[in-house]
Amino acid sequence: MTTGLREKLEEALFPPVVALLIALVCGDLLILSYGQSPAMVYRLLLEGTWGNAYGFGQVLYKATTLTFTGLAVSMGIRAGLFNVGAESQLAAGGFLAAMAGLAVSPGMPGILAIPICMVAAAVGGGIVGAIPGFLKVKFGAHEVIVTIMLNFVVLALLNWAIATHLNVPETLHTTEISSGRLPRVESFIGAFHGSAANLTLIVALLVAVAVWFYLFRSRQGYELRAVGLQPDAAEYGGIRVGKIWFRAMVLSGAIAGLGGINYVLGYKYYYEEGFAGGSGFLGIAVALVGRNHPLGVVLAALFFATLSQGGLAIHAFVPKQMVEVLQGVVILAVAMSVPEVRRALRQARRPAAA
Amino acid sequence: MSTSVAAAPEPGAHAIRMQGIDKAFGAVRANRAASLDVLAGEIHALVGENGAGKSTLMKILGGLQKPDAGSLEVNGNDVTGWSTSDAIAAGIGVVHQHFMLVSTLTVAENIVLGQEPVSGGRFDRSRAISDVEKLSEETGLVVAADRKIADLSVGEAQRVEILKTLFRGARILVLDEPTAVLSPPEVRELWTVLRKLRDAGGTIVLITHRLDEVIDISDTITVMRAGETVARLRTADTTPAQIARAMVGRDVALSSRAGASALGAELPEAGSAQPSPPSSDLPSALNVTDLVVVGARGTCEVDGVTFSIRPGEILGIAGVEGNGQTELVEALAGLRPIASGSIRIGGVEVTYRDVARRRDAGLSHIPEDRHRRGLILDYSIADNLVLGLQSSFASRGMLDGTRITDNAGTRIEEFDIRPPSSELPARSLSGGNQQKVVIAREMGREFSVLLASQPTRGVDVGAIEFIHSRLREARGAGKAVLLVSAELNEVLALSDRVAVMYRGKFATVLPVAEATEDVLGEYMIGARKDSAA
Repeated sequence: MTTGLREKLEEALFPPVVALLIALVCGDLLILSYGQSPAMVYRLLLEGTWGNAYGFGQVLYKATTLTFTGLAVSMGIRAGLFNVGAESQLAAGGFLAAMAGLAVSPGMPGILAIPICMVAAAVGGGIVGAIPGFLKVKFGAHEVIVTIMLNFVVLALLNWAIATHLNVPETLHTTEISSGRLPRVESFIGAFHGSAANLTLIVALLVAVAVWFYLFRSRQGYELRAVGLQPDAAEYGGIRVGKIWFRAMVLSGAIAGLGGINYVLGYKYYYEEGFAGGSGFLGIAVALVGRNHPLGVVLAALFFATLSQGGLAIHAFVPKQMVEVLQGVVILAVAMSVPEVRRALRQARRPAAA
Repeated sequence: MSTSVAAAPEPGAHAIRMQGIDKAFGAVRANRAASLDVLAGEIHALVGENGAGKSTLMKILGGLQKPDAGSLEVNGNDVTGWSTSDAIAAGIGVVHQHFMLVSTLTVAENIVLGQEPVSGGRFDRSRAISDVEKLSEETGLVVAADRKIADLSVGEAQRVEILKTLFRGARILVLDEPTAVLSPPEVRELWTVLRKLRDAGGTIVLITHRLDEVIDISDTITVMRAGETVARLRTADTTPAQIARAMVGRDVALSSRAGASALGAELPEAGSAQPSPPSSDLPSALNVTDLVVVGARGTCEVDGVTFSIRPGEILGIAGVEGNGQTELVEALAGLRPIASGSIRIGGVEVTYRDVARRRDAGLSHIPEDRHRRGLILDYSIADNLVLGLQSSFASRGMLDGTRITDNAGTRIEEFDIRPPSSELPARSLSGGNQQKVVIAREMGREFSVLLASQPTRGVDVGAIEFIHSRLREARGAGKAVLLVSAELNEVLALSDRVAVMYRGKFATVLPVAEATEDVLGEYMIGARKDSAA
């Protein structure tokens, strides 16, 4: 029992660590190719992120959105679905959150307005997730194709709505909401002054815990994972595979959509064209590196947020695109190292066990 | 290059000689001291049920697998453990059951793929077409060289596959269940081609489990069962019944029987053994009426089957695999759509209910493929023991971990699942213990009807006895059991009545006292049938 737990932990932790080491080596080579000292660049990267309150606040802000999109993608993968649409689900969520915030009366207390906006965000993402779910169940349309295509459609529709009807003149964003705002972290801890981190990060952690409970402790989660692992066996067990797929896509979309509140309720207080900025796509990497486990997703979100914020800190010495290269290396290394490292671990254990 | 079949060694010499072949995959021993002798210039049928080890033996011949023990000689040379490219170079061509063709390319392009004629660095299309047409003419395999594969019928695609191997100089042709996808006229055409290839000096190994075909086309036969070679026969000296017994029976001593049952003879309309109902006036636990199941290719897989099973009765279904048994069981379990007919469990109509509702009505199901259906291999034993019962182990949407663990403890002890640790993934168990998990789950719950499909397949001897005694206990406890098994002995040992399925229909239903291997064998190969259905 205890050894089983240790083995599980090792198998969960080793691959990302190995991937990280590979990425570090690649990073060293890149930095050296610019004639800089890796130690210095990495020090700057850490100082600019975890080393000061503002930088750390920015990391937390970015990690918050990535936690939502990472959880969304994980939820799909656990059901055997690859949701590539987190980007547009996130945008739709932010959009509906802003619409809800503008629709409620300006004097409405936050305790009412915030939940209303949050529900609106989840509904927005959920609807965009429901479409590929429905098309897959009803017509067998592959969710990867549909979600990719739907990204273009949804983002273009939102763009059109903002650009033509809902914008503040000369901008590509809506007017600010007045009720429904979430407090910034800086209002509790002064040192975070200027950073975008806000209470959405608490929501993100709660959602991560909820997703864990749902996946590993609820009946629906049992059925969802069964479908993801072996749809034929799930069907045999009386589980309706199509229903689970649809539900997983709706949930996945809703989680991604809820991520929209980080920007809309917590940071800018309006919906702006392009606010998602690739966080939906990066969510795929977060899910992959986080091994589709809520805790792993939170850690992976922090990691990718650190890289992304750190890119700004080192920009004076190496191009900030370097961190994007590093992100890519980490993703590739994780994808390769998961089975390889596991095999090596098992190999290493065998003589001991025998 | 366009070649051939003519350059074989003189007829009568050994083209293939495999001896003492052992091959294990993990705990599964696919071949156990298997042997195969094929002479040059003959059509040799390799028969046996699914999982008998035919494909593994052919993979070793084709260089895809290396044997753990034993030797392989081709044309007199020891080539044990060779590679696929060696095998192709030595003239072995394998036509797989699933075609390996590029559907967007033409026939000629597919045939020359990998050995394209080239002129001036460019693909010489017209020479490719003329080469293929020449080969087509020589062999009698008629195909239009310039048509796209996507536009061909299955039979035509198969001809392309055969031409492809011949183009590569194959002199020993292995065909894996070539007729599974063909219509009867296409089968006749294939036979003509194969005979022609043989007469030109080619050697052909045909894998099949349709005995009528074996009799039709082969010169010699090797029968495999459970990884071993159990018989080598000359087709002229044998009968389908003998082959059937060798395929499925424990006793492979072939008593010579009158050839009355030879296939192709008029089927005797035997009205003899009508099922005499066992003395019991309990109402039926399972009623099936005129059940029709249509397969993916529009064929009738189950063709109007009617039967009922009483509480405390085991109805065994015998038959050569592929005669609709799988489809029948899946339709009963709710896993396959029903074209017409009705199913009642304990008098309750369940024809249009889904899997979960049928389970609620009292149906338990041991599926034939535990790896695909019966278990979620990455779930723990404890989680697998509640598959299909997850609703009753949850309250207010949350799983009740304590009850799941307790349930696992009870079942593991009761069904002697080893190792007895409920948190291990099902994947890590041996085949026998995996099957015990399935059986523990399906028989540990409340049920009235049990569908047991190949319950002891791939299971060790100890577990077989255990499973058999459990099935008998279920009968003793008043459960209705439908037992489908490829093991004739198992069906005879456990059943109260025995039905034989042949081409989607019940050829007969007999009380077990009247069912002997000989009698069942005749029904199994279609030499006899009772029902007018």
